[in-house]
Amino acid sequence: MTTYFLLFYHFFKTGLFSIGGGLATLPFLYNISDVTGWYTYDELANMLAVSESTPGAIGINMATYVGYTVGGVPGTLLATLSEVAPGIVVILIIARFLDRFRGSRIVDSAFYGLRPASVGLIASIGITVGRIVLLNAGWTAADGLAALLNYKSLILAVLVLAGTIRFKNLNPIVFIAISAAAGILFSF
Amino acid sequence: MKELLRLYLTFAKIGLFTIGGGYAMLPIIQREIVQDRGWATNEEIIDYFAIGQCTPGLIAVNTSTFIGQKRAGIPGGIIATLGFITPSLIIISIVAALLRNFAEEPVILHAFAGIRVCVMVLIITACMRMWKSSVIDVPTFVIFAAVFLLAAFTSITPVIPILAAGVLGVVIRKIFGRGERK
Repeated sequence: MTTYFLLFYHFFKTGLFSIGGGLATLPFLYNISDVTGWYTYDELANMLAVSESTPGAIGINMATYVGYTVGGVPGTLLATLSEVAPGIVVILIIARFLDRFRGSRIVDSAFYGLRPASVGLIASIGITVGRIVLLNAGWTAADGLAALLNYKSLILAVLVLAGTIRFKNLNPIVFIAISAAAGILFSF
Repeated sequence: MKELLRLYLTFAKIGLFTIGGGYAMLPIIQREIVQDRGWATNEEIIDYFAIGQCTPGLIAVNTSTFIGQKRAGIPGGIIATLGFITPSLIIISIVAALLRNFAEEPVILHAFAGIRVCVMVLIITACMRMWKSSVIDVPTFVIFAAVFLLAAFTSITPVIPILAAGVLGVVIRKIFGRGERK
């Protein structure tokens, strides 16, 4: 019983104080490991690998994984629901407020500044993923510039980009499936 | 009731095809919510992402709650979020139970290396689509460039640039009267 209460407590706290993407929950997850000893840092790294490569947001997947490790299926439900609860409450309050003030000059002006900032943040995520995807890991200057780029990934990226521009109305899921197949066929 | 079921299923689908961070949900959201169902505009989605980045909780969850709330009030917000997390709960439980070394399977590794390339391209095209309605003049371009550089090349928390951009928006408009919507 105490385990379940601790799961609730730790993940509610994580949901309340991690601001931004799912990776922002990582420092909290390390802290939970320190405090409770439920899992090691190594296990956490494996959970992260699985969470990044399975459907769903990373933060949700991590919470589910830790929940399962600690308390089986009830643990998954408890950890994940505790993590999302603070966000739901905060957003429901803001949504109410936003509905009432939308169209007011000050809110409108704030969004005039917020929108380009949001696009800038998302573009930076594109760059972060791009660095992982397009550049070869472990490259050193001695290898020469030609060895820096991952050509397989670069070619696939260009093809997918051309595809999304040419077939604007195709569901992105199609491109994800094609890319997965290409990854297996050409062993990325 | 039917509306809530539709919300639940739509967000379960979005959760199923969001692979990687919450940002990866953006292209899927644009497709499912903006284009196919008309439940929100591109601008509203950007607003939700901006708010999601500086409020507690995961961006994906915050965005789901926002859209659900807009469609069907408080129950809508809760149901949409539950829909979004359902695929994670099922898939991760199965993976955790059956395949402890799932992440090291070569086939899986190759498939996800391919998917990562696709996710990068989808994020870029999503940005291009949002560009038009958000970067509309010189001040907004400067805000975009400053936040992009800060986020891409430093490890600063996004909360600060986002809050600063909101304040800047108010100040710039007060001084220059720019970017008024006609």
